[in-house]
Amino acid sequence: MSTDAIALPGTELASQPFVARLHDWVTTVDHKRLGILYITFSLLFLLIAGVEAMLIRIQLIRPHNDFVSPQVFNRLFTMHGTTMIFFVIMPVMFGFANYLIPLMIGARDMAFPRLNAFSFWMTAFGGLLLYFSLAGANGLYGAGNAPDVGWFAYAPLTSQTFSIGHSTDFWILALLVSGFGSIGTAVNIIATVLCMRCPGMTLAKMPLFAWLNLVMAGLVILAVSPLTAAQIMLLVDRYLGGHFFDTQAGGSAVIWMHFFWVFGHPEVYVLVIPAFAFASEIIPVFSRKPIFGYSVMVAATIAIGFISMSVWAHHMFTVGMSSAANNFFVISTMAIAVPTGIKIFNWLATMWGGKIEFKTPMLFCIAFLFQFLIAGLTGIMQGAAPFDWHLGNSYFVVAHFHYVIVGGILFTLFGAFYYWFPKMSGKMCSETLGKLHFWLFIIGFHLTFDFMHIPGLLGMPRRIYTYEPGRGWDTWNFIVTIGVFFQAAGILVFLGNLIWSYFRGEAAGSDPWDAWTLEWSTNSPPPAYNFASRPVVKSRRPLWDFKHPADPDWNYE
Amino acid sequence: MNATSMTVAGARLEWNPPDRGRVAMLSLIAAEAAIFTIFVVAYLFYVGKSLTGPTPKDVLSVPVLYTICLLSSSLTIHLAATSLRRGSILSFGLLWVATITLGAAFLYGTAIEWYRLIYNEGFTISTNLFGTTYYSLVGLHGFHVVVGLLSLSTVMVFTLLGSVRSEHAERIDVLSLYWHFVDVVWIVVFTVVYLIGR
Amino acid sequence: MCFGGAALAFADPTQPSSPTNIFAPASTPAKSIFGLSLFVLAVTGAIFLVVFALLLYSIVRFRKKRNDDGREPPQVYGSNQVEMAWTIIPILIVVALFMATARVIALVQNTSPPGNAIAVTAIGHQFWWEYRYPQLGVVTANELHLPVSDPVHPTPTFITLLSADTDHSFWVPRLGGKTDLIPNHPNSMWIDPQETGVYLGQCAQYCGTQHAKMLLRVYVQSKHDFDLWLRQQRQHASVNDAVTQGQRIFETTACINCHTVSGTVANGRFGPDLTHLMSRDTIAAGAAPNTPENLRLWIRNPNTIKPGSLMPAMELDEQELDALTAYLETLR
Repeated sequence: MSTDAIALPGTELASQPFVARLHDWVTTVDHKRLGILYITFSLLFLLIAGVEAMLIRIQLIRPHNDFVSPQVFNRLFTMHGTTMIFFVIMPVMFGFANYLIPLMIGARDMAFPRLNAFSFWMTAFGGLLLYFSLAGANGLYGAGNAPDVGWFAYAPLTSQTFSIGHSTDFWILALLVSGFGSIGTAVNIIATVLCMRCPGMTLAKMPLFAWLNLVMAGLVILAVSPLTAAQIMLLVDRYLGGHFFDTQAGGSAVIWMHFFWVFGHPEVYVLVIPAFAFASEIIPVFSRKPIFGYSVMVAATIAIGFISMSVWAHHMFTVGMSSAANNFFVISTMAIAVPTGIKIFNWLATMWGGKIEFKTPMLFCIAFLFQFLIAGLTGIMQGAAPFDWHLGNSYFVVAHFHYVIVGGILFTLFGAFYYWFPKMSGKMCSETLGKLHFWLFIIGFHLTFDFMHIPGLLGMPRRIYTYEPGRGWDTWNFIVTIGVFFQAAGILVFLGNLIWSYFRGEAAGSDPWDAWTLEWSTNSPPPAYNFASRPVVKSRRPLWDFKHPADPDWNYE
Repeated sequence: MNATSMTVAGARLEWNPPDRGRVAMLSLIAAEAAIFTIFVVAYLFYVGKSLTGPTPKDVLSVPVLYTICLLSSSLTIHLAATSLRRGSILSFGLLWVATITLGAAFLYGTAIEWYRLIYNEGFTISTNLFGTTYYSLVGLHGFHVVVGLLSLSTVMVFTLLGSVRSEHAERIDVLSLYWHFVDVVWIVVFTVVYLIGR
Repeated sequence: MCFGGAALAFADPTQPSSPTNIFAPASTPAKSIFGLSLFVLAVTGAIFLVVFALLLYSIVRFRKKRNDDGREPPQVYGSNQVEMAWTIIPILIVVALFMATARVIALVQNTSPPGNAIAVTAIGHQFWWEYRYPQLGVVTANELHLPVSDPVHPTPTFITLLSADTDHSFWVPRLGGKTDLIPNHPNSMWIDPQETGVYLGQCAQYCGTQHAKMLLRVYVQSKHDFDLWLRQQRQHASVNDAVTQGQRIFETTACINCHTVSGTVANGRFGPDLTHLMSRDTIAAGAAPNTPENLRLWIRNPNTIKPGSLMPAMELDEQELDALTAYLETLR
């Protein structure tokens, strides 16, 4: 690896007036700034959707509670789910991908910087559009404001008959708009990873982060498009008198479910594969070993990508499909557990025989391993279709997917923040606050989501604004709600840490974690051009080769 | 294009990653193909399921001439691209105009067909399941033809201004990928609507 | 696993502290699912223990020691044999799980109704349940009555599931898994409850504002009691001169547009059949006990009990409400 890939000493810009700096940010096409915009945007929506969750849980703390009306409750869970998936997790993953991929592959920027900016602003506009429904959707007879059809918006509840007014239209349009942004980002990621790698970095020498985001982008291309199609069909039904989902005209409510879940299932892999990418970068560094089984990890991820396109109707086991269809989706759902399990074993094997340092990023990734294991196992339980005839649409499912998204994805995301914040800001985060965040959050997480499985097993369906006493659900719901406050405290500590560290953190230097991928070879924060001269690499861990010239990786790979 | 030769520790390194415009266009085409697939699936699923109203046999007439126009435009755009690569801007320009004309002819054919269906047959998107799926699928394709024609026309303007030269052949190739895609989609739509579904 | 254990702890069928516990099955489909769930829990539990033990061991044994020499540990890149092992074993586990699952799917889905099966058609509405017994000539709402099934000579009930509006789902955990009610997509399920009693459940597919209060009550009775109930339900509405004023209000206000009282002019089908309203323990699909006070409150303004219910407040004055309630109270 060439030693002058390390950046030239940065020259400080003279302090500009606020408007000029704002203008710079709004018109930027720099992948690093767009990455930070995506991440900041998603943190803002995380707070909003988190408050929505708190309100939901306060309403459910005891039976027959009247903290919010049923109408408000139904809007809360719809907005919470829609916001978290489309305006928190997807943007934050796009943000990290945008920031890190060019740095990791030794490029100057993404393949299409202007498309990058366009995609971000489409996503941002989509988020604003969804929340504009609160003001703008009064429609006929003031028939409600925010959408209240659930984040998967089953037909015919979304037809003009049952969803009067415009709240559902805001749901459709917000997602259509941000969907175009997502496809734009996915195209950009694919083109960047395939075309912009620095010399010597063949696909087999690329960091796993780049590989996994490539697979994620491929899934976005194939999965978000069906959602776009289904939403166009829904608009045709609502405004042009179409009958796609009009059961009175012979249309099918089930076909909406198929179209939605053909999107919806690969979508959850779009959310989780970047989380795997974070774990695959962090765990090796804090175990002081390379990732175990690099090629198998790549193959397993590609397998997950393909199989994920064939499992969708496991969300529809109760819909009345034939036993042959049910059997098919049982097999495909269980099959996807195999490559997923392989990944867990490979992460474990990476830690095995290493020298594990329990810094904050690693704490979050170890918790991820534990929690993602459980989440995967509860997924297998639901893959056994007859078991799912109970578990489906109950709080067991809600517990399962939050276990994946919070216990798996959010935990690695926190790890990623602590790991790459020094690179992005030049400052180290406070380890003390980081550990406080970790413990507060993990206690809250387990209080809420471990115990949430039980009401599901005791017959509590999801999406109910209140419940009957005497069904054995009361105590568990109470505990679940208490956990939320611990998580909220953890998030506040996290945000406080980010802000405090930005101003008062220790200087990070270019490589605070003694890591091995190219982003650590340049300044923190990197200069606008990333690398003073184009890196040339010979192995998967260019900085290991640089630091261990007598024993470089390319002798062993 | 990023073909570079670099010297690394004495070895010569050939480095030829693919062209990003082409990769991006192919990814976009994959996304669009997924959207069209859903509309085709809906169309096929609802064949024969309308409760009332005209069936495809009753009202559809096979648009042979306009199909030939659209498919020929793939040939003309291909010839245009090779002309440009050779450096003959004039034949590029003429073939480009031919492509646009053939594409516009296709749209014209769709328009008069729809006029006949709506005003003579009273057959609209809300008539029945067939109407909904037919107008949506053919309409979505027509929309993509419109977008394609707008892009082609933009290139036409640049050509007339004299800005298009043989070094832009790669970009023209990428754009023609989109146009070929639109044609392939029409082959699928034509087969599904006028052959299988009737 | 822990969650299963906790729920199993509630699963004493003689005294279930949760009447909707999926681990307290009382009908063949539910029992069959219960058996499968134990197998699945055992397998996943074992996997969890093994992997968790490995994780715990690795973070203890391979943590960086205080007296670390600062050298990097041996850099291991992978091992094909190990990868093979932890690919093949999971595949075998998946095959076993699939086979156990397929057996139960076949048993539950591919059973056809025997000759003596009771046939019920359940129609989901926003936000109540309509039940029709086509061969027995009974129409009722919200409280489903069935005869108990003797395991030796089973008399199962086969339910056809339809919907009048949006998607719903029929879930009475102790009797069977849930099956959805989807408009233009008839579904079918069967149960053979083997103990008498009242089984609870509720709608399990979000169907609108009052999805939470679309409760299910299934009354499993001895053959004798069920026959009595049938006979009573087949009769027309009782006529009582003391409540003619209430009956007149009922028949001249919009009530008859939505409700049926058999033997009278009221034959609406948008709302529940009220012919034998007083034979039910609850009103508004389980939202409130069936008492005169609640009935009066309901008619006065349904939104006080079930905000978002599709029944409008009829703007009656207090005297009309009294008369009307008195009339409804005679519909036994």
